[in-house]
Amino acid sequence: MTVPVEITINGKACAGDVEERQLLVHFIRENAGLTGTKVGCDTSQCGTCTVQLDGVSAKACTVLTVQASGSSVTTIEGISDGVDLHPLQEAFWNNHGLQCGFCTPGMIMAANELLRNNPSPTREEIRHGLEGNICRCTGYQNIVSAVEDAAKAMGGR
Amino acid sequence: MTTRIFGSGIRRREDPRLITGRASYTDDIKLPGTLHAAILRSPYAHANIKAVDASGAAGQPGVVAVYTGEDTDGVLNGLPCAWLIPGSDLKTPAHPAIAKDKVRYVGDAVAVVVAESRYQAEDALEHIAVDYEPLDVVVSPKAAAQDGAPQLHEDVPNNIAFTWALAGGDTDAAFADAAVTVSDTITLPRLIANPMEPRSALAQWSAASGELTLWNTTQNPHIARFVTCVVTGVPEHKIRVIAPEVGGGFGSKIPFYADEAITAFCSMKLGVPVKWTETRSENYLITTQGRDHIEEVEMAATSDGVITGLRTTVYAGMGGYLSTAAPGVPTILHGLMYSGPYNIPNISGTVYGVFNNGAPVDAYRGAGRPEATMLLERMVDLVAAAVGQDPAEVRRKNLIPKFENGHDVATGITYDSGDYESALDSCLSAAGYEALRAEQAQARAEGRCVGVGVSSYVEICGLGPSQVAGAVGFQGGLWESAIIRFYPTGKANVMVGSSPHGQGEETTFAQIVAGELGVDVDDVEVIHGDTDTTPMGWGTYGSRTTAVSGAAITVAARKIKEKSRALAAHLLEAAPEDIEYEDGRFYVRGSPDQHKTIQDIALMANVAWNMPEGMEPGLEASAFYDPPNFTYPFGAHVAVVEVDPETGHIDLQRYVAVDDCGVQINPMIVEGQVHGGVVQGVGPALWEGAVYDDDGQLVTGSMLDYALPRADLLPDIEVSSNSTPSPHHPLGVKGIGEAGTIASTPTVYNAVMDALRPLGVTRVDMPLTPEKVWRAINDARNGG
Repeated sequence: MTVPVEITINGKACAGDVEERQLLVHFIRENAGLTGTKVGCDTSQCGTCTVQLDGVSAKACTVLTVQASGSSVTTIEGISDGVDLHPLQEAFWNNHGLQCGFCTPGMIMAANELLRNNPSPTREEIRHGLEGNICRCTGYQNIVSAVEDAAKAMGGR
Repeated sequence: MTTRIFGSGIRRREDPRLITGRASYTDDIKLPGTLHAAILRSPYAHANIKAVDASGAAGQPGVVAVYTGEDTDGVLNGLPCAWLIPGSDLKTPAHPAIAKDKVRYVGDAVAVVVAESRYQAEDALEHIAVDYEPLDVVVSPKAAAQDGAPQLHEDVPNNIAFTWALAGGDTDAAFADAAVTVSDTITLPRLIANPMEPRSALAQWSAASGELTLWNTTQNPHIARFVTCVVTGVPEHKIRVIAPEVGGGFGSKIPFYADEAITAFCSMKLGVPVKWTETRSENYLITTQGRDHIEEVEMAATSDGVITGLRTTVYAGMGGYLSTAAPGVPTILHGLMYSGPYNIPNISGTVYGVFNNGAPVDAYRGAGRPEATMLLERMVDLVAAAVGQDPAEVRRKNLIPKFENGHDVATGITYDSGDYESALDSCLSAAGYEALRAEQAQARAEGRCVGVGVSSYVEICGLGPSQVAGAVGFQGGLWESAIIRFYPTGKANVMVGSSPHGQGEETTFAQIVAGELGVDVDDVEVIHGDTDTTPMGWGTYGSRTTAVSGAAITVAARKIKEKSRALAAHLLEAAPEDIEYEDGRFYVRGSPDQHKTIQDIALMANVAWNMPEGMEPGLEASAFYDPPNFTYPFGAHVAVVEVDPETGHIDLQRYVAVDDCGVQINPMIVEGQVHGGVVQGVGPALWEGAVYDDDGQLVTGSMLDYALPRADLLPDIEVSSNSTPSPHHPLGVKGIGEAGTIASTPTVYNAVMDALRPLGVTRVDMPLTPEKVWRAINDARNGG
């Protein structure tokens, strides 16, 4: 039993017939072929699958594809062309805010949401804002610095 | 230029693909016609398999094949244990990829379904009927070693896989003569490594060529190829293992697992690519865990706090089977480090490696050394309390004095260089230790529970001399190799056999070449992770990659430099001994204008129009580097905590780290390793610990239940460093990957126990969860 869906991902329409139970993260990765969005757990704890769904951050492992039909999704591939970097990408690079890189797409997407809601966060606020995303490599410290830096670059303060 | 690049914290060259979501990890790779495997896992921790009926799965939608242990038996060889500790009566019972007769932990593979989609494969698992006969279960490694405990393997009495003993000096005499003895039983719970990328395997068999390609989440692709050959029977030269982007490992991606063997088997049976990727829930059940030690420890000292002896009995859980490197972790990497940074003349230890009904245990960040540092640092604090002295001062008086080229300790190993007192001084100074103690006294007067923890550590890294590897039963070498190849345009590739997966060596290795040969760091591309395109190497673990691969690259670069010097002499019509080198230029002594750049040399060597008599064309060098000794990084850490006695909640307020990893190639990366390492060690002190119930069911089976460190639980870590070069390493580097994890568990644990001392609490098992701390406080208040 499949259902037709159409989701705009990074500005491009992606249509498909999917099972009702399919998770959005699998549609993004398998149907749309965008593998920057990762699957790190199966209990919506780790945040590696974080995307923007109609402008609001969402863990794509806890959304069904059919729920997202008609919506607009932005993934890590959609926040820059990969050459002219988004200020968060630049800041993660400059601050050594990543090691293995697996949590990074989700971390950047979550940080983007954080800065949208609070353009000038303190380090403490950044730490609280990212508590839904797990990084096992960095100990978070340089991620916090990166988000702080990006906030400045984006005009927060 | 060279000095600017080598030793500077330039940003990482691997990052652009990672921050833009353009990197390919194993599960991101798609081959046409790929089928998906899902593995049925035992729900019992210990059971006989009476029957497996897979017929119900065969007809399910999308299902292409179903295999059980009957199908793999005699086709796949058992998974080998590759660290065969000599003189330990080691037992290595069979470890089949798919269990046929008996399961020994929850998660043991029982069958595999291959289907067109992963959803279909997982659905079909529910249609396989397995008739289990449950058996008694044993979880604690000490309980498992007792008479009458449930036996996991027929030929392993008391579940004891090995007994390893260590003796240096005369420990019995030291204890008999001691003015002060202290003792404790330290439990290091099982830890789940939790790299953010789950494990994955994609196998592609070509029947026409007899070649097997395996994309795999591994820290050591060359070892994976070697073991794939052993298990599948495909000749080694017909196997290509590719570790593409690998999302962290922390030791858990060293072993070769049943899952990749099963995936390869499926591809070989079906002739199409087959992919398997674990769910996080599977990762918790099956991917190797760390620690699982019960350590009974005693320390002897004089009345003035001078340590005279250490004695241990350790029960180390191995899980249901011996994983690839498991026996070496609680022995060679643990017991040999019992002297730590201290002069301890008399040391003895007995380690029992014990089968128990849990996931196999293997190396996890620090691997044996955190377990050793924990027991030592705990004992030193107990000695300090017993003799009524400050714990930092007791450490200071026992530290081995500064040495620059070799120091023997009672466990029989020789540290390379050390300046432990400087590290301790630097750390106490950075922390403002005296002021901290004054603030603590003030807080105590106000009824607040503030604690300060101190630790000193030294670790064995840069693994290691291959001759030693052989002598201690490691079934491989521990050298590394590198090829540096210059192209006509003056750009170079560096091919290495090790396989970094987050440690940033695409950058630091390029910095080494830039430093040695004066090329721009962006003109060097580092290639790793593919057995077809890289020379042999033993992998990335044990803080060895920068030390050992880095040395191989250095030696290769110096060969390039010597050939370049000879070619430059020929082109400049001078004698080679008259050629000076500086910053990428070879010139005739006294005439700097008469020079050839390394790029000039690369072009000429590649076109070979004008070469000296007898010189081969090309500008390429390879080096195999077998280190003469291990490296021994060290440091000192301080933590400050406050405990709320009403709730047991612990607030980690400050963490100060001073580490000495020798010469630093990229200080930014070093600091990042310390941050991450410290947090991984804070985890088990305060939050992390795998819990199995009495039936061997993993209670902490997901990220919901297993408390990983999160951003909001931590302070900024105050990091600084000293630099004591390794005397035997061509660059003086030692390694930093594990330091933080080794030091931070005892530092934080000791800080909490220091906070609780006025309340009469003397011991609490890790992790120090609020509930356990609250109960301990209450018990102490009630006279417990």
